[in-house]
Amino acid sequence: MTPGQAAAPSSRLSPLETRHPRLVSFLDRLLRPVEAFVKKPIFGCHMCGQCVLHETGLTCPMGCPKSLRNGPCGGVRLNGHCEVLPDMPCVWVKAERRSRFLPWRGQILRIQPALDWTQKGRSSWVNALLGKGHGAFP
Amino acid sequence: MSFPAARGFEAALRSGQPVLTCEIAAGDSPDPQDLLRRARTVSELVDAINVPDNTSGIAHLSGLAAAAILAREGIETILHVTCRDMNRIGLQSQLVGAAALGVRNILCLTGDHPIHGDQPQAKPVFDLDSLHLLRLAGSVRAGRYLSGRPIEPAPDLFPGSTENPFAPPYEFRPLRLRKKVEAGARFIQTQIIYNVPRFREFMSRVCDLGIDAQVPILAGVAPLRSVRAACYMRDRIAGMEVPEPLVRRLEAAGSAPERVESEGIRICVEIIEQVRAIPGVAGIHLMPIRWEASVAEIAARAGLRPARAASPRLGAPERVVAAGAALPRPEPRS
Repeated sequence: MTPGQAAAPSSRLSPLETRHPRLVSFLDRLLRPVEAFVKKPIFGCHMCGQCVLHETGLTCPMGCPKSLRNGPCGGVRLNGHCEVLPDMPCVWVKAERRSRFLPWRGQILRIQPALDWTQKGRSSWVNALLGKGHGAFP
Repeated sequence: MSFPAARGFEAALRSGQPVLTCEIAAGDSPDPQDLLRRARTVSELVDAINVPDNTSGIAHLSGLAAAAILAREGIETILHVTCRDMNRIGLQSQLVGAAALGVRNILCLTGDHPIHGDQPQAKPVFDLDSLHLLRLAGSVRAGRYLSGRPIEPAPDLFPGSTENPFAPPYEFRPLRLRKKVEAGARFIQTQIIYNVPRFREFMSRVCDLGIDAQVPILAGVAPLRSVRAACYMRDRIAGMEVPEPLVRRLEAAGSAPERVESEGIRICVEIIEQVRAIPGVAGIHLMPIRWEASVAEIAARAGLRPARAASPRLGAPERVVAAGAALPRPEPRS
């Protein structure tokens, strides 16, 4: 990715990106593999670039076949497993259970914005720094 | 362009009378008469007819087309819109299109995964989820696309959603319902109820949270037509709970289909009577899965009638639906 293309054209550039495009691009390239290396084995991270792990009981909601970010669908099996992948426990059943042990357990009730797909694959840490980790709407 | 004045599902909900809605299959026939025949079987008995959006990921007549055909005949419809087949661009256009065709009641759903349909190879979209869709409907209703471009005049949509009290995590379901109300749901229709104690527990939590005072909640009920249908629902449809005693009652009814059917209707009427007594239930949502002919008998035996029949002066807001009050209300279209 060349410096001028640090962000996809449809996304608004943050002031830091406008001023230091090379730095931002460098940070993203540097931190992307680090983030993936840390979060993939532990949380099953899908690198959506808009991390909400801390608000979903440290369970990556992108593991849901419907990529639901706001709670379980109505198809969860009676044993708590996914309707699409019967061998996999529903990520939201896990998220809800784990969130009870977190001091900030109320966060799971927050309405998560829709994904900004232009940010998929980028480092959510850099995006957080740029103020871009908040999805598309509302 | 003017359409026949809709009888007003929203007005029915505001009347404070128990409301009755019914879901019909959109069918596969491109002949509108086929759909209309099914709709007319129930249209005089209910306040609004739900038109599903390719249920279970099986292609049928488009829900929007079906709703538009019914709206043209002056039948009040609730259009199901799901996130399975369209991204946010398609969904916005669908909502504006629905308003243009005289369909304003929108049921915002996540949608069934195509894996359960007859074409599991299809790519599921799920760009948004049901909460985002509710938000999106709120934005369209306020006269803005997500990009901020204006929609003039702002369509007077009436968005609602669903909840399934019978799927884990049970403690989270009422909280998820509250999230949906916060996202702009102005009415709720629940999943089919066979396990009444579980539903009662769910509703008591919902009432504790004060959600029943914010939005009307319609309890979903469906007649079981055969032992096979009951077993199919129990074993194959995820998130459905059909208790064993009900299946045994159907089995005990004998081998004649008519006797099983009448036992199925009896069970359905019993469930309606139990559910109606639960605090916070504002009405009944019937889902006679391709058995529209049973609706008249169920309604008659359970003493269900549309709210408009009980309250001739519909439109006078007695029990105001408070949810979405924070949303800017566009001027009603003339």
